[in-house]
Amino acid sequence: MIAPAKSDLVTVNVDGKEIAVPKGTNVIEAARLVGVDVPYYCYHPKLTVVGNCRMCLIEMGMPAVDPVSKAPIMDPVTGKQKINWIPRPQIGCATNASPGLHIRTNTPQIKDCREGVMEFLLINHPLDCPICDQAGECKLQEQSTGYGRGYSRFIEQKNVKPKRTQLGPRVTLDDERCILCSRCIRFCKEIAKDDVLGFVDRGSYSTLTCYPGKALANNYSLNTVDICPVGALTSTDFRFKMRVWFLKQTNSIDTESSVGANTVVWSREGVIYRITPRRNDEVNDTWLADSARDLYKPVRAADRLGSPLVSGSAATGEVAMAKAAEFLKSSAGSVAVVGSGRSSVEEQFLTRKLATALQASTHLVSRTGEGDKLLISADRNPNVRGALVIGLIAQLPKSTLGELGAAIDAGRVKAVVSVGEDLAAAGLTTAQLAKVAIVYLGTHANATTAAAKVVLPTLMTFEKNGTFVNQQFRLQKFFKAVPGPTGAVEDVAVLARLVAGCGGAAVAGEINTLWTTIAAEVPALQTVTFANLPETGLLLDATPWATLPFVEGETLHYKPAAQPASS
Amino acid sequence: MNLKPETLKRIDEVIPHYPVKRSAVLPLLHLIQEDAGYISKDAIEWIAAKLELQPINVYEVVTFYPMFRQQPIGRRHVKVCRTLSCALLGGYKTCETFEKEFKTHRGEISPDGEVTIEFVECLASCGTAPVVMIDDDLHEKVDVAKAKALSDQIKAEAKKR
Ligand code: SF4
Ligand code: FES
Ligand code: FES
Repeated sequence: MIAPAKSDLVTVNVDGKEIAVPKGTNVIEAARLVGVDVPYYCYHPKLTVVGNCRMCLIEMGMPAVDPVSKAPIMDPVTGKQKINWIPRPQIGCATNASPGLHIRTNTPQIKDCREGVMEFLLINHPLDCPICDQAGECKLQEQSTGYGRGYSRFIEQKNVKPKRTQLGPRVTLDDERCILCSRCIRFCKEIAKDDVLGFVDRGSYSTLTCYPGKALANNYSLNTVDICPVGALTSTDFRFKMRVWFLKQTNSIDTESSVGANTVVWSREGVIYRITPRRNDEVNDTWLADSARDLYKPVRAADRLGSPLVSGSAATGEVAMAKAAEFLKSSAGSVAVVGSGRSSVEEQFLTRKLATALQASTHLVSRTGEGDKLLISADRNPNVRGALVIGLIAQLPKSTLGELGAAIDAGRVKAVVSVGEDLAAAGLTTAQLAKVAIVYLGTHANATTAAAKVVLPTLMTFEKNGTFVNQQFRLQKFFKAVPGPTGAVEDVAVLARLVAGCGGAAVAGEINTLWTTIAAEVPALQTVTFANLPETGLLLDATPWATLPFVEGETLHYKPAAQPASS
Repeated sequence: MNLKPETLKRIDEVIPHYPVKRSAVLPLLHLIQEDAGYISKDAIEWIAAKLELQPINVYEVVTFYPMFRQQPIGRRHVKVCRTLSCALLGGYKTCETFEKEFKTHRGEISPDGEVTIEFVECLASCGTAPVVMIDDDLHEKVDVAKAKALSDQIKAEAKKR
C-alpha cells in the first residue's frame, strides 16, 4: 500500500498514548493501532456507519483554546495544554480522527456505559450459549465476558420471537438471538445490492425479516452469516455440524474465478467443514461468494480418483509413473501437453518443463462465464495469468482444443498429457481420444480418464500448497488444509517425476525447493520464495501482458485495462 | 391499486415537497390509508416503486407505526383510550359496552361491517376521561350509558343508508 502523505496525518491521543493516523480515521481503528480495544457490534469497516448498538462509547476531548485569542490554554499542574472533555460519552464508530483529538476508554464512566449496553443487549437474549452454534466465535459472548457486569438482574419474561426462519436457501435466522445491529441489512443493500432484509415492528418487538414473498437468495447471502456478531444468522449447511474451536484454520484461495478471493478453510481430522472469507483489502475486502464456499464438496466425492491406473487396471504409483514416462518418451516429438488454468504456478512451471523435455506443443483451455461485478470474474480459471507469467502460454487460451484435434486427426500428435483437463469436455471427440495415448493427471473421473492409458491421481487445492496469479497479477499462496486420499500424489511430485523420466533436467518435486528454480528461471519472480510471499499476496509487474485482450470486466478492486474481448 | 384520482393527484403533489423521494413514504401511507382504509401488500409495493425504494423499506415503516393498518376495518373506527386516567375512570367498561353493542371483539370487524373497536393509548384529553374517538371525532366522558347512546346513533345512521 502507498503510505498516505505526511500532511494527512493527525495526532490523536488514545488513553494517554499518542499516535499519528490519517485524518478521518475512525476512532475504533485508531485505537486498534495502539492496541486499545473499543468493543463494537454494529460497526463494520466495510459498511456504512449507523451507530445503533452504542457499545463503542468513549470519552472524547479536544485541546482547550482561548475563545478570543485562540491561544492554547495551559494546565498549570501538568504544564500541558488543557483538554476539554465532553461530559457525555460519544460513540467511537462515528467519531473521526481530527488534530489533537483525545479519547479515553478506561474511565469508570465508560466501564459503566459498556456494562449498561451489555445488560440491555442481554435482556431479551436467550443466553443459551452451550447450545448455540455461534459459541466460540460470538462477539456477544466475548464482549459480555470482557465488558459485561457478569450477572443478570433481569427477572421478567424474555421476548419470544421466531427461532428458525429460512431467510433463503442457505441462511437460517434465529430472531431471539438478533441484537438488531443491522449489519446484515446494510450488507444486502450496500454490497450485494439486493435490499430484501429489514426490521419490522418496533422496540423490543423489532424482528429481522425478509420482505414477505422474497428470499435472501443472492450468491453473497452467506456473508451476512459471517458478519452477524451473534448466533442469529447461521449457515444452513454448517449449523450444528461442528464446534468452531475444534476446527483448524488454513489460508486458501477461491478457485472459482480469476478474482482469487482470499479464504480460510476450516477442517478437523482431515475433513473440511466450511470455507469463509479472509480479509484482503486489495482483493475481496471481507467478502466471499456463496458458491466459493461449496468448492470443498468434491473433495470427498464418489468419483474421486484413488488408485493409479495403467490401461484401466490399478497399478502402484511407481509403476504408473514409470509407464507414463516410457510412453511419452517414446512418442517425444509427437506429444501435446494440455496444461490447465486451474493448476498452480508451480504445476504450470513443471508442465512447461515437461513440454520442453518432450518437444511438445502446449495448450490451455479457457473457461469463461458471466462476471458478477463483485467477486466472480468472467474468467473462471483461477490462474491463466500464472501460465503467462511462467511462460507456459504466450497468448490467451481458447475455449476448445480445435487445433489439437486437427493435429491428432493429421497424425502429428500421438500422445497427450492432460493436467486435469477433461479433453472430451474441451471439444475432442471420442474418435480423437481413441487415436492417442493419454496420460492424465487429475482428481476426478471423467470421459478422459476412461479413455486414458495412464491415470495418475493428484490432489485438490485444499490438499496441497501452491500459488495462483489472480486477475490483478497478484501472486497469492494457498496451503494444504487436509491430506489427500490414499493413492493420490501431489501434482508437482508427479510432474517432476515425469520431467525426469522424459529426459528433462532433474527438478525438485517439493514446493519450497522448486521455488529456487522458479525464481532463478523466471525473471518476473526473481525475488520470490514460497515462504516470503506475503499473506495478502504480491503484485507482479503486468506490463508485458498489458496488450492481451483479457476477458474480465469490472469487479471489486479490479478495473480492466483495455476493452474486454467481445468473444 | 385502485386509488381515487384525487388521491393520485395529492400523491404526485406531495412527493416534490421533500428533498429525497424516500421521505415521502409516510405522507403516501397516510394518503393511501385514507383512501383505501388500510395498507395492502400491493400498496406497499406500489409506494416502493413510486419512490424508487425496495418494498422492505416501506414495510418497515408500516409495521413501525401501529396507526397503519394492514387489514381492512369496519366502516367506522372506534378508538377507546386505555391509558391511566381513562382506565381508572372506566375505559375498559366503555370498550366492553361497544363490543357488546356490536357483537364483536377488539380488533375485529363487527358482523354488520359497521365498526372496528380498538384500544389506543392516551388521546390527550385525560381531564374528561374516559374518552373515545370515533373516526376523527373526540367524545368525552364516555361512560357505559354514553357508549350505548353512541352505538345507537351509529346503528341509526347505518339504517338510513
Ligand atoms: S441478524 Fe445478526 S447481523 Fe442481522 S441485525 Fe441481527 S445481529 Fe445484526
Ligand atoms: S459500533 Fe455500534 S454504535 Fe458504534
Ligand atoms: S389517558 Fe385517556 S386521554 Fe389521556
